[in-house]
Amino acid sequence: MAQRGIREYDGKRILANNWEEYFDGAFEYDFKSILITPQTDLDKIPQQYPWVKETPLVAKPDMLFGKRGKLGLIYFKKEKPGDVTWEDVKQWIKQKMAEEIEINGVKGRLTHFLVEPFVPHKPEEEYYVAITAGEDEDIIYMSAFGGIEVEENWDKVVEVKIPITASDEEIKTIIKQNVPKEIKDKDTFADFVYRLYKLFKDLHFSYLEVNPLVMVGNKVYPLDFVGRLDDTAQFVVGRNWGDVEFPAGFGRDLTPEEKYIKDMDEKSGASLKLTVLNPEGRIWTLVAGGGASVVYADTVADLGYVKELANYGEYSGNPSRAETREYVKTVFDLMTRNKHPQGHKILIIGGAIANFTDVAKTFDGIIDAMKEYADKLREVGIKIYVRRGGPNYEIGLKRIKEAAQQLGIPIEVYGPETHMTEIVRKALQEAEGKVA
Amino acid sequence: MSKPDYLLFDRDTKAIFWNLNRNAIQRMLDYDYVIGRDPSIVAVVAPTQNRKFDKFFYGTEEIMIPLYKSTTEAAKDFPEADVLLNFASFRTAYDVTMEALEIPTIRTIAITAEGIPERFARIMRIKGKELGKWIIGPATVGGIAPGAFRIANTGGTIENIINSKLHRPGSVGLVTRSGGLFNELSNVIARNANGIAEGIAIGGDRYPGTDFLDHMLRFEKNPQIKMMVMLGEVGGELEYKVAEAIKDGRITKPVIAWCIGTISKHFGGEVQFGHAGAKAGVERETADAKNAALAEAGAYVPKSFNDLPELINGVYEELHSKGEIPDIQEPEVPPIPEDYDKAKKAGKIRKPTNFICTISDDRGEEATYCGVPISTVVEEGYSIADVIGLLWFKKKFPKWASDFIDMVIKIVADHGPAVSGAHNTKVTARAGKDLMSSIVTGILTIGPRFGGAIDGAANYFKMAKEKGMDPIEFVDYMKKVEKIPIPGIGHRIKSTKNPDKRVELLKDFAKKNFPKTELLDYALEVEKVTTSKKENLILNVDGTIGVLLVDMFRELGYSDAEIDELINAGAFNAFFVLGRTIGFIGHYLDEKRLDMPLYRHPWDDILYNVQCDTQD
Repeated sequence: MAQRGIREYDGKRILANNWEEYFDGAFEYDFKSILITPQTDLDKIPQQYPWVKETPLVAKPDMLFGKRGKLGLIYFKKEKPGDVTWEDVKQWIKQKMAEEIEINGVKGRLTHFLVEPFVPHKPEEEYYVAITAGEDEDIIYMSAFGGIEVEENWDKVVEVKIPITASDEEIKTIIKQNVPKEIKDKDTFADFVYRLYKLFKDLHFSYLEVNPLVMVGNKVYPLDFVGRLDDTAQFVVGRNWGDVEFPAGFGRDLTPEEKYIKDMDEKSGASLKLTVLNPEGRIWTLVAGGGASVVYADTVADLGYVKELANYGEYSGNPSRAETREYVKTVFDLMTRNKHPQGHKILIIGGAIANFTDVAKTFDGIIDAMKEYADKLREVGIKIYVRRGGPNYEIGLKRIKEAAQQLGIPIEVYGPETHMTEIVRKALQEAEGKVA
Repeated sequence: MSKPDYLLFDRDTKAIFWNLNRNAIQRMLDYDYVIGRDPSIVAVVAPTQNRKFDKFFYGTEEIMIPLYKSTTEAAKDFPEADVLLNFASFRTAYDVTMEALEIPTIRTIAITAEGIPERFARIMRIKGKELGKWIIGPATVGGIAPGAFRIANTGGTIENIINSKLHRPGSVGLVTRSGGLFNELSNVIARNANGIAEGIAIGGDRYPGTDFLDHMLRFEKNPQIKMMVMLGEVGGELEYKVAEAIKDGRITKPVIAWCIGTISKHFGGEVQFGHAGAKAGVERETADAKNAALAEAGAYVPKSFNDLPELINGVYEELHSKGEIPDIQEPEVPPIPEDYDKAKKAGKIRKPTNFICTISDDRGEEATYCGVPISTVVEEGYSIADVIGLLWFKKKFPKWASDFIDMVIKIVADHGPAVSGAHNTKVTARAGKDLMSSIVTGILTIGPRFGGAIDGAANYFKMAKEKGMDPIEFVDYMKKVEKIPIPGIGHRIKSTKNPDKRVELLKDFAKKNFPKTELLDYALEVEKVTTSKKENLILNVDGTIGVLLVDMFRELGYSDAEIDELINAGAFNAFFVLGRTIGFIGHYLDEKRLDMPLYRHPWDDILYNVQCDTQD
């Protein structure tokens, strides 16, 4: 998966948990953030965090999407900034959780909120800093104009490239030499950015943005924090991250079936992926291999049937017979929930020529699932198109053909002599013909 | 090595394989054999292995490949190996690569692991470029130079390799990201052109060690390659570098290119992160944008993946008709010896076995004792005696027999430190020897004089009864014909007046629980005769066990002949060996606890009487 977004809360928590090592002595950060979820008992919060009763608060959704200010989703004033109390926050969060909203065309519900003390500050105390991973270097963005001003002042943002093999001394020098001229206390700012960059690098962030970053003397207030971690580095720095969550995007919560496959994937050495695109769709795919699965989806779309594409997914890395069976059953369960108004559904069992996946073995898993779902598959009406190559493919193809025929499910079977995506064309042509 | 710079692999290329991945290594050697070159793997690095060599097949012959603890050591012994196939896991692949980059004789490193942190991948990439090395991967199946060198699993099965013409060079250079599609495209190219001359899968990660252009620039210089096929993917900007190179003339050979992932435009809505470079990059990184840029630069770009074969065929036919691509003479391919396991599974071969086992089976989900899974043995409360029944006699003993065996083992377990077996065990333990050596010295004393009376008693009493000798006749026979005391008769202390309690218990048990005790009854008649001569000539514990075992087996349905076989095979003695080993282990552990010094027998306990004839 590699780069994955984390919640603002987790970003700040990671910052706080590693503060001693990276900023100790030089800067202070008073980490006060609460993550509110639908499971949180709001009435218990004041006991755990007495400060919510003692200070004005800010509340905002913490679900990876940005532009919360523009969307009116940052709650920091009733009449004037800084007059929001815990009781207000409670009401506001309850109300927001209850309503469905639309963000960037995606509908969904707000479930996660961040609550923090309101930090009164002057606009000139707001800075901007972001760090991203480029190809051969990391890029640091710095500006004296933080907050919402950064957009309109993008020309004043200084972009600094740090070669990824640079030594600490080189990094220090490069940053120091490039601090934007508008920043008053250049040494302090450069020191902070240097330390933040070290944390970025060591903790395998791939993106990190603090905007606005409020600095008053050596006191640091990261008012907003956006971060992405390289999740493959779990084995290197998982302890520094702590219990971090990689949530799906807003409105893109996993369906129970997707979650089931995801859990299976995490436990397995093989790769099992499933995304439901359109549960009412006519075309379902069971494709082996990451690249091949993309090609099949491409082809369906290229031929003009993207609206009918029900799912996207793959199984690869030599999954066991049982793993394949469970994966296929999940897809069968989804595709046999209703009939398609225009006729039979299409099941593409596709794949390239495998390098080492045992085709006969994985096909046995598919056959197991076919037997279990035979009645439902017949009732809904499906036609199967198979194309596959690789170790033991002859046996696999022969077995799946015989099994489908015995079960009374229409099937066409092809090997490596047929172009991989040819079955998509055949399937769609045939479906079209029957409709016409 | 005198190969041109644009080639990473030729027929002489030698590689070091990191990780003892037997399947992948064997596949490479099979490939070497099929194309008629020497084995390409000269060494395997396997830090956790203690062996020095491992065996592999090269054709029908077995060869030995040395194992090393580190790449540096392997490279020192094999400076001619300029390829490292890094098959380490995602946890160690980075360290392995960094070590290899510092080894001057290694020029090419293929990394197969998926899930290497991106920062590590970027460092490997930069270091590799700085040092002028070629990193293929991470997260790749590798690549192949047909007719010269195959990286690990690239190309799949040998059958597929031959079908896809990966066993001899064609005229097409191939670069892909994914390994599965690499195989697929090799097949497409074999069917629609004359096969590939070299192919590399650069890997699915965001930061591949070398990318499309790096390899295509090599292909450009390689006179064997007449056209190139590139399969890109949505995401990243690597394909633009190729488009630029076509535009500015660094690539002049025909390029057929396609980026997969055109689907993604239909399902946007991915989470967006604020500013930074990604802002403008998003549209640029789509498959459609890249396909358009490649077409614009002058590459052949199909309408869809489905049209790719046709397009490849078109370009090939044009070059072929112009005579730029010569016809290829297909080489002879030696038959590949089939793997024994595979052939056997397919029912093609058979071989006689060397061993037979009729008592246990460890091939299934769980090992079984005579068909009973060990979990059942535990769950259903089988006793040790029941397990003995299953493994020694292939029988589920009835309760009375199990209880009897259990009793026997308890009774014979130990007889103090002075008996010769226990004494030997103690002396050996005091010499500082281990458990095994110490108890073995004890067990080795078991025989006709020590512990052998069980066998002897069983034998003689059984024989006498079978021959119909009456007790007096039998006692006479032993004295006059065999000329030995009757085994199982007589005790140092115990007598009719002072009976052996163990014997009483055994007799009582048998009388109560055995269906019949014919031989015991006979032995007791004999005892009457012997004790009438001398009080201590009683049926002793060995004798009682011996005759009762005969009775037991008879009641379990064994014939006289079968019981004789058991006795001759040592099965009766086995009860004594098993039981007494418990005692020997006890004496051994006792010695270790006490930590007594080496034992030396005192001189005054030995009669020295040395009289030898040493004169000539």
